[in-house]
Amino acid sequence: MQALYAQLLVGLINGSFYALLSLGLAVIFGMLNIINFAHGALYMMGAFCAYFLLHLTGIGYWWALIIAPIVVGIFGMILERTMLQWLAGLDHLYGLLLTFGIALIVQGVFQNYFGSSGLPYAIPDYPEVGGFRGLQGGMNLGFMFLPIYRGWVVVFSLVVCLATWFLIEKTRLGANLRAATENPTLVRAFGINVPRMITLTYGLGVGLAALAGVLSAPINQVRPLMGADLIIVVFAVVVIGGMGSIMGSIITGFALGVIEGLTKYFYPEASNTVVFVLMVLVLLVKPTGLTGRAA
Amino acid sequence: MSALTDDTLPVTPQAMRDEMIVFAGMAVLLGLVPLTGIYPFFVMQALCFALLACAFNLLIGYGGLLSFGHAMFLGTAGYCSAHALKVWGVTPEIGILVGVAGAAALSVVTGFISIRRQGIYFSMITLALSQLLYFIYLQAPFTHGEDGIQGIPQGYLFGIFNLSKPTVLYYVVLAGFLGGFLLIYRTINSPFGEVLKSIRENEQRAISLGYKTDQYKLLAFILSGTIAGFAGSLKVFVAQNASLTDVHWTMSGEIVLMTLVGGLGTVFGPVVGAFVIIAMQQYLAGFGQWVTVIQGVIFVACVLTFRRGIIGEIAHYFRRSL
Repeated sequence: MQALYAQLLVGLINGSFYALLSLGLAVIFGMLNIINFAHGALYMMGAFCAYFLLHLTGIGYWWALIIAPIVVGIFGMILERTMLQWLAGLDHLYGLLLTFGIALIVQGVFQNYFGSSGLPYAIPDYPEVGGFRGLQGGMNLGFMFLPIYRGWVVVFSLVVCLATWFLIEKTRLGANLRAATENPTLVRAFGINVPRMITLTYGLGVGLAALAGVLSAPINQVRPLMGADLIIVVFAVVVIGGMGSIMGSIITGFALGVIEGLTKYFYPEASNTVVFVLMVLVLLVKPTGLTGRAA
Repeated sequence: MSALTDDTLPVTPQAMRDEMIVFAGMAVLLGLVPLTGIYPFFVMQALCFALLACAFNLLIGYGGLLSFGHAMFLGTAGYCSAHALKVWGVTPEIGILVGVAGAAALSVVTGFISIRRQGIYFSMITLALSQLLYFIYLQAPFTHGEDGIQGIPQGYLFGIFNLSKPTVLYYVVLAGFLGGFLLIYRTINSPFGEVLKSIRENEQRAISLGYKTDQYKLLAFILSGTIAGFAGSLKVFVAQNASLTDVHWTMSGEIVLMTLVGGLGTVFGPVVGAFVIIAMQQYLAGFGQWVTVIQGVIFVACVLTFRRGIIGEIAHYFRRSL
């Protein structure tokens, strides 16, 4: 049973990354009508940003959680201003091709300087609260041993996902955003700066990816290609869940992570492929995806 | 929304005559290659990729479907042919047949699944399917995992053509390429091709005119996958191995890049694009990962400033369809 709980936890962690990344993809797709192929590369940049902060300036994990998404988010907004905005009105597929090119450039540059092996990033050992040193160590829950960092990743990701959902579904800013998704021309007529909103939306989606990167740095190590294979799984998650609903992305992300974890326990040979197989099954039964609108 | 390709020029007898002249010129030039002393291995490799890109272009340029998983046909046909040639010891023509049959079977299944969604989703589904296949091949025993299938015997095609002689192999590959190219050319100029173009332009309207668009798209997908498989089988004789790189998503990306550089939806663009990209990889092989970066830069530059591609720009300049 210990092993089953451990795999479930790993599944929940992967699910957190799927949820954070597919959420960002959905938000970006809603506003820009672009599938951001560079999402995996930007996730990797988030992790590297945390690594550089620690090793070049001595800034630790907690600040990196805030700084890395901002830095990478600004990088994303520069990409949007200089390149992506020129694709407005063209076929969606050009956005896919352009961001694929950006992903190749970013990953290639990092591979040149850091090879393909992983760089270690330590779990933070501060602040000391009670008997715990930061997020290191673990605690015995009776039925299983819970490494604190892993529990933290799941809880924190869930909080960020729900906060994003709240921002988009329940605030005035989010209402403007959803309106601009439906009808940008009309929203502009109301005096809202839609191009600036698009830039900020891209920054938000990219920031979520970078945040996921920082969270994953102590678990998966920091590697130039850490996002390359992940993004393809996230695409499958997006096909399964559809991009029409924010909550749908979050739930699908976590659910698929858990299913993948269970597969690792019961039939490890299929753990790499289970998400893709599920995608095929969903397409055969309900081609529009579980929550999605027809595209 | 503007379409991916802008060949609004009608297909006239004049245009078809131009295209046949260019085709004849291309065939003669390629036929003369062994006399020039150019490294035949490079040209053979480029020809295989050119056919692959033409097959990919059939889907995107004429059906509006961007497949991001065409490497799966290349790799599957490669593995099937290589296994048949090496383990079963079959003759080359049977080996090619096995590879093409494997790719055709795969394209029936993957086509049935992926054409259920359009546009961006279609691309993501084909990418995910090819990644699924990558993991299957990584674990399946007959592919020998990371090592791949090495040292494949070339043998005698039809019992007479000795494929281990570079010049003979070259003309066999060239014949295969020209045959595949003509098949695609015939397809896009047939009534079937016209319906395909109408689906690309306006699928709802094609449906309202009574066309069962899903069947047309599926048939185009199967045709494209099968011809891509044929290119993969030919490549086995050139490279004498079948490995995981041929199934990886980076390969699918390269196929997209070749077609984009040459010109989406042009007849000769994918051929030119394949030669440009293969030549670039050849000359920049010493620069390691910078090749990836350069490919990325070409992607970005093409999408932002050069969407018609090389042949597309030339055709646009002369107001001709090429």
